[in-house]
Amino acid sequence: MNTLVRQFGKPWVWSWLAAFIVWFLTILVTGGAGTLGLSQAAFTFAAFSVIVGIGQMFVITLGPGNIDLSVPATMTLAGTVALKLMNVENGMILPGLLLAVFIGLGVGLCNYTLIKALRIPPIIATLSMSFIVQSGAIWTNRGLRIKPPSVLADFTTSSTLGVPNVAIVAFLISILAWILLEKTIYGRWISAIGQSMPAARMAGIPVDGTRFVTYLFCAVLASISGYLLACFSGGAALNMGAEYLLMSIAVVVIGGTAVAGGDSNVPGIWGASLFMFLVVSMLNTYGLGAGIRLIMTGLIIISVIMLAGGRRGMR
Amino acid sequence: MTFRLSSDAVRLAIPALSLTLLLSAVFWLQPRAMSYIGLNLLFNLAVPIALATIAQMLVMAVNDLDLSMGAFVSFVACVTATFLRDAPAIGILILAGAVAAYAALGVVIHLRNLPSIVVTLGMSFVWGGVAVLLLPAPGGQAPDWVRWLMTVKPPLAPMAIVASIIIAVIAHFIVKRSSLGVLIRGVGGNQRSVERAGWSIVAARATAYALAGLFAVLAGIALVGLTTSADANIALRYTLLSIAGVILGGGEFIGGRVSPIGAVIGALTLTLAGSFLSFLRISPDWQIGAQGAILIIVLALRLMLNRLEKREKRR
Repeated sequence: MNTLVRQFGKPWVWSWLAAFIVWFLTILVTGGAGTLGLSQAAFTFAAFSVIVGIGQMFVITLGPGNIDLSVPATMTLAGTVALKLMNVENGMILPGLLLAVFIGLGVGLCNYTLIKALRIPPIIATLSMSFIVQSGAIWTNRGLRIKPPSVLADFTTSSTLGVPNVAIVAFLISILAWILLEKTIYGRWISAIGQSMPAARMAGIPVDGTRFVTYLFCAVLASISGYLLACFSGGAALNMGAEYLLMSIAVVVIGGTAVAGGDSNVPGIWGASLFMFLVVSMLNTYGLGAGIRLIMTGLIIISVIMLAGGRRGMR
Repeated sequence: MTFRLSSDAVRLAIPALSLTLLLSAVFWLQPRAMSYIGLNLLFNLAVPIALATIAQMLVMAVNDLDLSMGAFVSFVACVTATFLRDAPAIGILILAGAVAAYAALGVVIHLRNLPSIVVTLGMSFVWGGVAVLLLPAPGGQAPDWVRWLMTVKPPLAPMAIVASIIIAVIAHFIVKRSSLGVLIRGVGGNQRSVERAGWSIVAARATAYALAGLFAVLAGIALVGLTTSADANIALRYTLLSIAGVILGGGEFIGGRVSPIGAVIGALTLTLAGSFLSFLRISPDWQIGAQGAILIIVLALRLMLNRLEKREKRR
């Protein structure tokens, strides 16, 4: 077992392995039919989790207690408001995107202001903020379902050379995140803060600035994801972000990022996002009911974390 | 004690003050609430929330966090409305098994050194799945004795107030006055030193989780007593409510610093916030947002009083 563990030393290998096994098990049942469709769907839906998950990963890397619960509300608000501004006009796509990013910046700013100025633990600060943001979304939405501009709707639902466009966007964002994390001083800073905030402070790292930027980054990614998701699903819904709260945390942890902070990895997020989608589609393929599906999803999450936790323990 | 308050008392003063403020605001807006029936209506739903908050507090006392609280309480509600009524023996067996499962979770989390957030996240799917299997559609009926217990009219004070006081006192004795409680909080404070003193950390954590499971079971039963029927999603918001209640009541995420009385007061405050907002005639769109704002205001108040406390100490 030990040699095997050393071979698979990189934490992200596990999530990819798990995703591949589940993919294989699904293909086995369908007998190879719909393989391409399944893979494309997996990459499409994983893309949204990846974009949200990367932001959450940056926040979780900051260390114990750092988490952003306002992600779903931010997604909903950004999607709703951006679609309202664009108002089905193709010319307004860029302003819509800018507005979504702007909303993300605003939410991130409020989040960190609460955390810093009022010294509220991030969980509660982002939770309270998410209540307010969600209210804003309810207020702007008013039950209206505005369609996305046609160009944007086509873009998000189609693929280039067999790869879904949203997956390409998510991939570009992942590369950016990877460079930020591995190749820039900022990435070193957040890892250092996650490992020990006092030590980071003594080493002269601008702790507050770095944390502030990280919360901004997370909220902006959430709003971009909300923008894309709203266009992909043909309109914003008030509950469209709901499942991404647990999802964003799950993909980060299953992807091999240390929950205690200071150690993160981007490829794992992809593996975990694909895995999470494929598990559901596998159980669907097997024709299991909603109850069994939920139970299996839970048990699989727990077993994966137990395997991964054992790996970490053995080191 | 007459002149210098202990830091525990100061910790408790803040939640108590916020509750009093909110209550006077409600009375000022709606004087008719100042009656036996009015108070009962205001605080009715606080009983299950208070129990769930105590459960969350026990988990937080050992530095963990239970993200499955809402799903678990929903599951218990479903069991109560079906098995506990139709076949009490089996119902009790299921609930006892659920408490045992909580204890087992504590053991697993400790032995494998797993992040509690992820394990309970996975468990939330499992509980949700079982609840859906039990009650695919809203339904069931509360057992008569539960219904009687939740609608009983004791003299002097309404049931909700009496129950809250009883819950607070019992939890206070378990957590603050018994050696078991000291052990549990010790694990949260400094695990290594408790271990070196010869205590079994596994047993302490398992007990904390089992007690949490027990209180959560009571929360589910109490909830069904009020609503008379159950639904697999009946208590999903309890996860966040219970965490917010503990924090409002002066508890901390790490360090074993928790206050049972504070937690109950926190739960009462959260319940009251909802009524307060409807008395203010705030548009339903903004109700959730205003709840978030109240959370922020109370925490800001706490920061202010903490600063005062520190200034006092320096003198």
